[in-house]
Amino acid sequence: MNIIVYVALVSLYAIFVRWCISLNTYSGAGKKPMFGDYEAQRHWMEISYNLPVHTWYTNSSVNNLLYWGLDYPPLTAYHSWICGFLSHKINPEWVKLNTSRGYESYEHKLFMRYTVLFADVVLFFPVIFLIFKQMKIGETQMIKAAMLTLMYPGLILIDHGHFQYNCISLGLILFGVLFLSQGRDILGSIAFCLALNYKQMELYHALPFFCFLLGICFRSQNQNGFFRLIKIGLAVIATFVLCWLPFLSSVESAIQVLHRLFPFARGLYEDKVANFWCTLSLVIKLKNILTTEHIILLCLVSTLVMLLPSSLDLLIRPSIQRFKLALINSSLVFFLFSFQVHEKSILIPAIVVCLQINKEPFWCVWFGILSTFSMLPLLIKDGLTTAFIGSTLLYLILSLSLYDLVQYTGWRKSLQKLMFLVSLLGMAVLTIGSLTVKPPVHLPDLFPVLVSAYSCVHFVLFLVYFHYRQFTLENDKQDEVVLKKKVS
Amino acid sequence: METWWMVVGIVTCTKLLLFPSYKSTDFDVHRNWLAITHSLPISKWYYEETSEWTLDYPPFFAWLEYLLSQIAQFFDPDMLKVENINYRSDATVLFQRLSVVLTDFILIYAVKEFCTKCIKLQRKDDDKQDIFTSPFLILSSLLICNAGLMIVDHIHFQYNGFLFGILLLSITRLYENRNLEGALWFATLLNFKHIYLYVAPAYFVYLLRCYCFKSDGVAAKISWRTFSFTRIIMLGFVVISVFCLSFGPFIVMDQLPQVLSRLFPFKRGLCHAYWAPNFYALYNVVDKAATLFCKKYNLLNVSDSGSAMMTGGLVQEFQHTVYLYCQQFYTFGFILKDQKSFLRCLILCGFGSYMFAWHVHEKAILIITIPFSLLVLDKKRCTAIPHFVYSCSLFIISINIYKSSLGNIYRIPWTLTQLPLCSTLETLYLLGIVPLEIYNSIIHPVLGLDQRLPFIPLMLTSVYCAIGIMYCWIKFYILTFQEKMPKSHRE
Repeated sequence: MNIIVYVALVSLYAIFVRWCISLNTYSGAGKKPMFGDYEAQRHWMEISYNLPVHTWYTNSSVNNLLYWGLDYPPLTAYHSWICGFLSHKINPEWVKLNTSRGYESYEHKLFMRYTVLFADVVLFFPVIFLIFKQMKIGETQMIKAAMLTLMYPGLILIDHGHFQYNCISLGLILFGVLFLSQGRDILGSIAFCLALNYKQMELYHALPFFCFLLGICFRSQNQNGFFRLIKIGLAVIATFVLCWLPFLSSVESAIQVLHRLFPFARGLYEDKVANFWCTLSLVIKLKNILTTEHIILLCLVSTLVMLLPSSLDLLIRPSIQRFKLALINSSLVFFLFSFQVHEKSILIPAIVVCLQINKEPFWCVWFGILSTFSMLPLLIKDGLTTAFIGSTLLYLILSLSLYDLVQYTGWRKSLQKLMFLVSLLGMAVLTIGSLTVKPPVHLPDLFPVLVSAYSCVHFVLFLVYFHYRQFTLENDKQDEVVLKKKVS
Repeated sequence: METWWMVVGIVTCTKLLLFPSYKSTDFDVHRNWLAITHSLPISKWYYEETSEWTLDYPPFFAWLEYLLSQIAQFFDPDMLKVENINYRSDATVLFQRLSVVLTDFILIYAVKEFCTKCIKLQRKDDDKQDIFTSPFLILSSLLICNAGLMIVDHIHFQYNGFLFGILLLSITRLYENRNLEGALWFATLLNFKHIYLYVAPAYFVYLLRCYCFKSDGVAAKISWRTFSFTRIIMLGFVVISVFCLSFGPFIVMDQLPQVLSRLFPFKRGLCHAYWAPNFYALYNVVDKAATLFCKKYNLLNVSDSGSAMMTGGLVQEFQHTVYLYCQQFYTFGFILKDQKSFLRCLILCGFGSYMFAWHVHEKAILIITIPFSLLVLDKKRCTAIPHFVYSCSLFIISINIYKSSLGNIYRIPWTLTQLPLCSTLETLYLLGIVPLEIYNSIIHPVLGLDQRLPFIPLMLTSVYCAIGIMYCWIKFYILTFQEKMPKSHRE
């Protein structure tokens, strides 16, 4: 059959699954007085539509920052402004200043869901197909990989169930990766800057981008490399200036925005996160021993130290495949060791792990399922349990039918099978446990803690494995072609 | 085979994802039946009328609800109280949706039976290579992923999946020449849901002709010498004992008339609230148009016309239905020879009933489309029709949930893949659905007509589909006869 038909079928099915999941409740539905992320997004539309640009990030009588104050970079704010504008056109009640707080209705839900679906289909779908097409792995492989990536349950559940716009920032990051692997480093760095200006969490990916571009520039023999560096730098600065233009009138306003973006006043992690610190707290309660400043310092140092190996490796031996692996390693390190991590941040490493699907289906699928599972407490809170079970099983079955997950031979094969089955079994037990068993009174958070510790152990394993992959990587032909094109 | 299980898994997961979707009043109907069968003695099942959703399926279905209610009490005991009208707690939704998904495994089993027993696989072991060319997978996905069933069962909420499973199982048994078992399954099916009476004539004639006469369907003429009394007695015994098992208790309690009056509510109108796109939809429109025309030109006294026109002439139509039934018997006797022609007759029978029967629900189109899917692999010439019917029928089914865009998304892939098989005219017809839908969902409300003339979109859709269905019916009739006629001429 024609490739277009396949693309259409895969896209339609992906849309169908997204639409099914969006029928569920969103985060904080009907939960007064703070509601959830859905209300946060709606509130930003209200603020950005009604107030002048320079007051968006400042506290005032009409913009109470304690009630879901804007804490994402300017691009999110502009996006909110567009959505707010549309809301106002459809029904002014939706974004009326201050009186629309906690507005909920069927039509409004439909509108909000459509905005996510639109962003997803327009930005995320094309980049997925393009990025696998660019890998030159053949049409069938491309469709398979794209299908599985589009069906990655974590992203669907968070964007279309819980309600967020992760598809935009992740889509932009993938555009960055796509452009870089095509050898267009300026476009790539612009795409990355846009992603960073949509969500500051994309800093998780910053170091590999930086190291890769710098490494390439070093590699260019003559003066050429220096020029490239200047050009890239100019592109980055220009993108940032354009995005931040309204807030650059004074130093204070810029600092105020920055202060909103990096709220060090908040804790080490939110709720229960499957990262290193949260798991460590089972043994040592860091909060009781160290001051916040010390904890921040500790996080910073440990993150940087952990980042060094993969980044330096990339700097010295830049290649596309190594770059992709470094993206995984860097974002995983950030997730595990940095300060103020949300459980949803696992999507940032997850999406770059998905890019490895045609090379290492087993590890990607395992990671995909586990990362979704690590958000289980959140999903249960949002009423997305059936959606979680359905979509995760769907992902598992799809991957089993599209790929041969068994990679190795001999004793490694049995080990691999055993690990996977035990891991799946553990997830199933914990899922059923958190749904049916009532935890003892003195341990109310028993299951969330178990889930995050269980996931954390896995993530550390993944981190080790992907480091191993990065360091044993051999340059392949395609990389050479791209690099040559760059040098010449 | 492995791929086949993957298809099953994917479809089942998709069903799970549909749990929070729109539920029609049929959801409350079935919850009410759970409550009735759980909390009342058998003698009151068909008398209970606290809720307007009274039990109006045959006894086997009531027993099924009884069994389900035994499990339901562990989910939410409140859903089993008759007074709790329109009760929809989360646990209730979960349980009812799950029960549909689980009973669907009967359909999956039946599809597997049919595929392994009744299709000769031309190319073996190639189902790994390309999913789209393996006949086994095409057929099973057409049946298991049937979008119509999906919409009716998992969105709208009904239990058609396992019923069609039983129908399919009975067809499979007839194909295998295990006629008694086939009859047993069909009798069971009738006692689950009596709408399958639509296709009963085909069964009756087939079993009479090919089972009770020992000629095994080779000869064109039936000779009375081959008639077997033992066979008809065995057949009668099987069928009657199934009916006794189901209706027996009610006959003993002397409640049969009450049960039957619940099963066949002739007081309801000729057309269901949502006009099924059948003959009467066309008839009604012509009727209305004629009335308006006459009024305009004063050809008719105002007292004669009026709103009652739509139900006028009921008696004649009723006679018409009976006549049609008889005529079906006659035609079937003519073309029924082997299992394949049986399937065709089954479909024709479903068509005939759908077009002309009393108070047809638009969902009844499934009785045509699902057996039709079995013909897909038959011959190239015939395949276009099932596709065509299929697309039409999906559209019809979504009439009553046409507000939900979900159904639309689900339909598009099917219609897309089917276009190449249709002729130009048919393609044009199918594409015509697009402007129709645009009018219904956008232009009509924008013009502000949805307050004044809310029934117009429904009527347009219904009439438009009726034309398509009518066309399919006639074309299929012609095809069936073209194939059979030359043979009988020769003989």
